[in-house]
Amino acid sequence: MPWALVTPALLWTLVFFVLPFIAMVVLSLLEHDGGAATLANYRQFFGNPSYWRALVNSLEVTLTVTVISVLLAYPFAWILAEVVPLRLQRLALVLAVLPFWTSYVVRSYSWLLVLSENGVVNRALTGSGLLSEPMQLANTRAATVIGFVHFFVMLLTLTIFANLKQLSPSYRRAAADLGAGPVRTFLHVILPLTLPGIVVGAFLTFVLAIGDYITPQILGGNNELLMPQLIMMQIGRRGDFPLASALAIVLMAVVTLAYLFCARWLKIERA
Amino acid sequence: MKSVLAKHIRASALAAAALAILAASPASSQELNALIWCDHADPALLQPFEEANGVKVNVKEFEGTGAGLALVEQSQPGDWDVMVIDSIDVRRGVEKGLFEPLPEDQLPFADLFPEVKLDNYTVIDGKRYGITEKFGYNTIAYNKEKVDPADMQSLASLIDPKYKGRIAIYDYYLPVIGMAALSIGKKTAELTEADLPAIRDVLMKMKGNAKLVGEIVASQTALGTGEVDILVGGGEFVTAGLAKENPALDFSIPKEGAVLWSQALAMFKDSKNKDLALKFIQYILSPEGQARLATSSCYWGMPANSKAALTEEEKKTLRFDEQPEFLARAQAYPAPDAALDKKMQDVWTEMLQAQ
Repeated sequence: MPWALVTPALLWTLVFFVLPFIAMVVLSLLEHDGGAATLANYRQFFGNPSYWRALVNSLEVTLTVTVISVLLAYPFAWILAEVVPLRLQRLALVLAVLPFWTSYVVRSYSWLLVLSENGVVNRALTGSGLLSEPMQLANTRAATVIGFVHFFVMLLTLTIFANLKQLSPSYRRAAADLGAGPVRTFLHVILPLTLPGIVVGAFLTFVLAIGDYITPQILGGNNELLMPQLIMMQIGRRGDFPLASALAIVLMAVVTLAYLFCARWLKIERA
Repeated sequence: MKSVLAKHIRASALAAAALAILAASPASSQELNALIWCDHADPALLQPFEEANGVKVNVKEFEGTGAGLALVEQSQPGDWDVMVIDSIDVRRGVEKGLFEPLPEDQLPFADLFPEVKLDNYTVIDGKRYGITEKFGYNTIAYNKEKVDPADMQSLASLIDPKYKGRIAIYDYYLPVIGMAALSIGKKTAELTEADLPAIRDVLMKMKGNAKLVGEIVASQTALGTGEVDILVGGGEFVTAGLAKENPALDFSIPKEGAVLWSQALAMFKDSKNKDLALKFIQYILSPEGQARLATSSCYWGMPANSKAALTEEEKKTLRFDEQPEFLARAQAYPAPDAALDKKMQDVWTEMLQAQ
């Protein structure tokens, strides 16, 4: 009987994850035009500096985005949870998630216009005399990072906010009773207790950002390639699904490593 | 009991009526399924055909021959009736046994610009499998108010430090590799692996001058907003659509030449609507269909049919009257075999990753 309850979930996982994953592994071991099993696609990745450079680029961009998003989201979540009056918190949360209501593609193209030479940012900088000439912001790695951070700060704010709201005020009172000041209470009590929320949000940010094609494609100006762009490149004209599969497996291995790194904070607590 | 029986009778009658309507409906045999590029999705192009024939055209957009052929492979035979494909890739579809020979006598071949018939790509074993419907040039698109038009008559300007940071490169390796080859005096139809190192050097210099390498929307946006003044690989398909809002945008065919791009229509061998598919191809190749396709809201391009019913304004925008001269100077789109194609893509990847 217990099996009957988990069967739908198991079937779902089998059909929509395990089988496609096996198919992708098998495909990654084939040559473009069929033939016998081979590791040629993996050799292509590890043997060609332009290919593994894409993975390095992806890791650099994703880690930068994750760190900046956490640093911005934590104070934002803190203000929402601790400073904003209870009756206004719901409105504040709605305002926080407002950017999610716009199409992801539209938002990315909007950033492209905002960051362009004639965009709002450059006009403000040159108009105020801070810059004499417009600087290149669009079509750079910085633009990709900005586009990602805009999205993921909101996601992280929600996970950290939920974590902060679950904390009992007793912890702070107990720390104060024991003589801890606000900074010490934050560093030794609040921060460790909200770490699971931070790690969950950071892991989600990492996974979503490292697999994202749209933002780097639109905002990065293809001045460097990230892994999803390299994967798409194999499919567009040549239809090289085996090589694309091998690259996707490499990306998946990286995400698995990230999961293992975060696993101690991602464990589901059982009573 | 009576009401239950009445309900059953009413339900049966309704079901029978529905079946009768369905049987009488021409819907299942009057739908055309087309794998297309975005220019064919314009209602202004499709509606006249649908209304004239009382049919529905179902379209599925794709980008890149590889992605298009993958869609076909994942479908059931007969799911698709017609396909838009790079003229140079018609052979790939034929090799996979997908396409039906086209009846030349029922299509306006005599009216096509001779240079875009491209028999070497569309005729295989004496049978024609594709007909060119639209073409243009991968060349230099530029803002004539920002750059010296005289400079745009030479591909050498693209690597001139004078234009550093003012250039975007269209992110498609075949035409831009073709342009790099032209700049060093190579013929695009004769490229071999031995030419790649010299082409790579040109690409690297172009990248050094470029602000971005972008797909079509990003490149067009960059040129339109003044982020860049020159688009390598651009042409009428970039500038014509923006002509009304930005008349300063233009394109040149440099002295070294330009790369001729062309797209073709092919019919699927397993199509269940071959008559309708042929009608569709005939419509697209008709003077009216050609004018609508040439000025599609997605992107403009030259109609393959020289008798396309374009207005004088549209002809001017497309530089219709200059086509004989342009075609004489244009070179074929690079059409590498699978191995060389892979190597060209790797050179392109290296260029993209270069800092």
